[in-house]
Amino acid sequence: MSQSLSFALWTPLALPVLFALLSLTVPSPRVRRLGPIASSLAVLGSGVILDVAVLNDQVPTFGGLLRADALSAYLLTVVGAIGLVATWGGLGGNGHSQTPARWAGSYDGLISVFLAAMSLAVVADNIGLMWASIEATTITTAFLVGAHRTGKSLEASWKYVILGSVGVAIALLGILLIYAASRATGEATLSWLVLSQPGLPLDPALVRAGGALAVLGFATKAGLAPMHSWLPDAHSQAPAPVSGLMSGVLLAVALYAILRVQAITDAVIGPDFLRAMLSVAGLLSLFVAAALLIRQRDFKRMLAYSSIEHMGLMAIGAAVGAAALPAVLLYMLGHGLVKATLFVVSGRILEVEGTPTIANVRALLVRRPGLAIPWLVAMAALVGFPPFSIFFSEVGIILAGWSAGMGVVVGIALVLLLVIFASLTRLTVALTIGSPHDALDHTPPTLPEHATGEATARTGHPTAPGDESEADRAATNLSRLEVEAGIDGAGAPEPFPMTSNIRVAAPFPDTVAVPVVDVVIAPDRSTHGPLLPLVLALATCAVVPFIANPVGVLLVRAAAVLGGAH
Amino acid sequence: MFETTYPQLIGLCTGTLLLTSALMVWRHSMLASIRLLAVQGFALAALVAVIGVQKGEVEVILVAVLVLLVKGLGLPWVLAHESKATTRTDEAPRLNPTASLLTVALLTILAYVVSSRVLARDTSISAHAAPIGLAMVLIGFLLLVTRRQARSQLIGFLVLDNGIATVAFLTSGGVPLVLELGISLDVLLVVMILYVFAGRMHNKFGNTDIDQLRKLHD
Repeated sequence: MSQSLSFALWTPLALPVLFALLSLTVPSPRVRRLGPIASSLAVLGSGVILDVAVLNDQVPTFGGLLRADALSAYLLTVVGAIGLVATWGGLGGNGHSQTPARWAGSYDGLISVFLAAMSLAVVADNIGLMWASIEATTITTAFLVGAHRTGKSLEASWKYVILGSVGVAIALLGILLIYAASRATGEATLSWLVLSQPGLPLDPALVRAGGALAVLGFATKAGLAPMHSWLPDAHSQAPAPVSGLMSGVLLAVALYAILRVQAITDAVIGPDFLRAMLSVAGLLSLFVAAALLIRQRDFKRMLAYSSIEHMGLMAIGAAVGAAALPAVLLYMLGHGLVKATLFVVSGRILEVEGTPTIANVRALLVRRPGLAIPWLVAMAALVGFPPFSIFFSEVGIILAGWSAGMGVVVGIALVLLLVIFASLTRLTVALTIGSPHDALDHTPPTLPEHATGEATARTGHPTAPGDESEADRAATNLSRLEVEAGIDGAGAPEPFPMTSNIRVAAPFPDTVAVPVVDVVIAPDRSTHGPLLPLVLALATCAVVPFIANPVGVLLVRAAAVLGGAH
Repeated sequence: MFETTYPQLIGLCTGTLLLTSALMVWRHSMLASIRLLAVQGFALAALVAVIGVQKGEVEVILVAVLVLLVKGLGLPWVLAHESKATTRTDEAPRLNPTASLLTVALLTILAYVVSSRVLARDTSISAHAAPIGLAMVLIGFLLLVTRRQARSQLIGFLVLDNGIATVAFLTSGGVPLVLELGISLDVLLVVMILYVFAGRMHNKFGNTDIDQLRKLHD
């Protein structure tokens, strides 16, 4: 039985590579863009099959290098689920339109290869192979970050590749020291299964140095302070689905690598050494996020710093140890789903508004409820409102830390979390709530570009079917500029003309004190892309913490893997 | 015969590695750095071959050939090939040669101090030479931090990577061949990507000075 399911170990590697090749060869863009979604589905499906296998007390293996225990199976499911949200949700936009035609297929192909590399990182039973696949993600995402080909995205991708590859090079040095230490077991090995057994005669000095370097290196990839500086730049410059993938998948898998290394070192030198290191890194990350969120002006950078915050808290959870691990693992899923949703929506806002600056957007709830409502729900999940799983993860980590005698650390973390909560709430309010007349005063800088679209819509010409975004932009400009002329949004999917007063649409009547009569605002109810993946992601995030079996059982088993149960 | 020359060969190879690293800090011209990098690649391959012969393992000798092809010939060829296309801007590092050579000496001492603690239990000849690898890692960092040109940073990254490989071969006789292949491929691809980006930078800004990458900040 165990062997019959082992095919699920190579399908998440082979199928995405196959879809990547198809993306490169298929000429039709519409078919090509389905490639990453198919890859995500392959990873998710394999993850679910392996979940079923491990819940039936099996450990599928393949070829001596691949192995799925509860932790690997769970992480594979997480990778697939988040990948699906990011790639499916990213269908709407044309986020990489500036790519030259001859590289058009490479965007979708690279996303598939990225998913394959992430899958390999979690199912590899070899720390060296895990390292190589995490390094491979640096290679695949480098061009994705730079997909927009502007000076800024070039800067972001340069910093990302230099810091990322130097970081993982340090991790390699650490892994090699652990490998050198493993010679004491008779045969040098990098198999994580062998190395994490308790009671091995490994040299403590080598393991300590190796563990410290490996954690330091992977912490760079996980975006933990003080090695976080690539993260806000890369996340803000990459196309939105790529930001979602990096934030949800890459950071989580890097943390997974830290957890695996931690299991090896803890068995030899005890938990205190890495506990101190991870606590400091976690608190520092929370501090950096809090300090830079207070004055943040860019909504994509805001999401990036929020990722640093959540990774910091996860690192504190890892420092706490066994009691907090189920919460940390649930956190990876919840944060990934919510963050992928938010990045997808942020990409759509960026596309229709043409600016990443919060002050230039404003009043989104009145003008574009189709984008503002998913954003608000996902932000509520992100800052930690129940019933979303992030709330339960945070509470779980803090309670476990408290009972593990780390009261000071979780106390400081709580204070910083409150600061971050306040900042994120303030920025979200600034982005979504308010009177549209404030927004009208801020003319976005990109308006002249859309002048042609506006003209088309005004004269009533039917827009081409494949040119939806142009029509949406036209609708934007109509709702924005043609308010007094009384023209309804011709290009909007649901024309919603209101001829009397803005107060009808505004949910906060007291904020509209300006006596403007005969103003027409057509709220843009379009979601500018598929809504279903966002709904599914948020619903999953809200439902998952309440399912004891099989989710709870799987989480406990996955956490037990790190405690020495195989 | 080989037993008596083995320590000398190890010493010769690691000495060449350290010398080339120090020279790279000293020389500022891109072309000289690439040549030194090629010499370093050959020295590393020779080191692996010596270890392989001493252990009598065919797999390690295969790894030596791989190292020779990638680090001795492949990477320097890619770098030199790309560099010809662009103007030869010499490096103006943040540290003057005297200060940087002094730093190299300090970093080497630091590497020996750290290694004496970490590798205290290992008394083999190769483990005695391992601090050289660590020193190369630190020198790579120094190059990364002090160089202003994008392509010189790349040289620093490669010295760092060579240092890691040196540590690997001296402490544990190298990693399995499959893994070595994966690692070499990763490094090769990273270098190519950085080269593509350096080229784009050159097209966009007219030079590859990384000091101009200051647009993104909070």
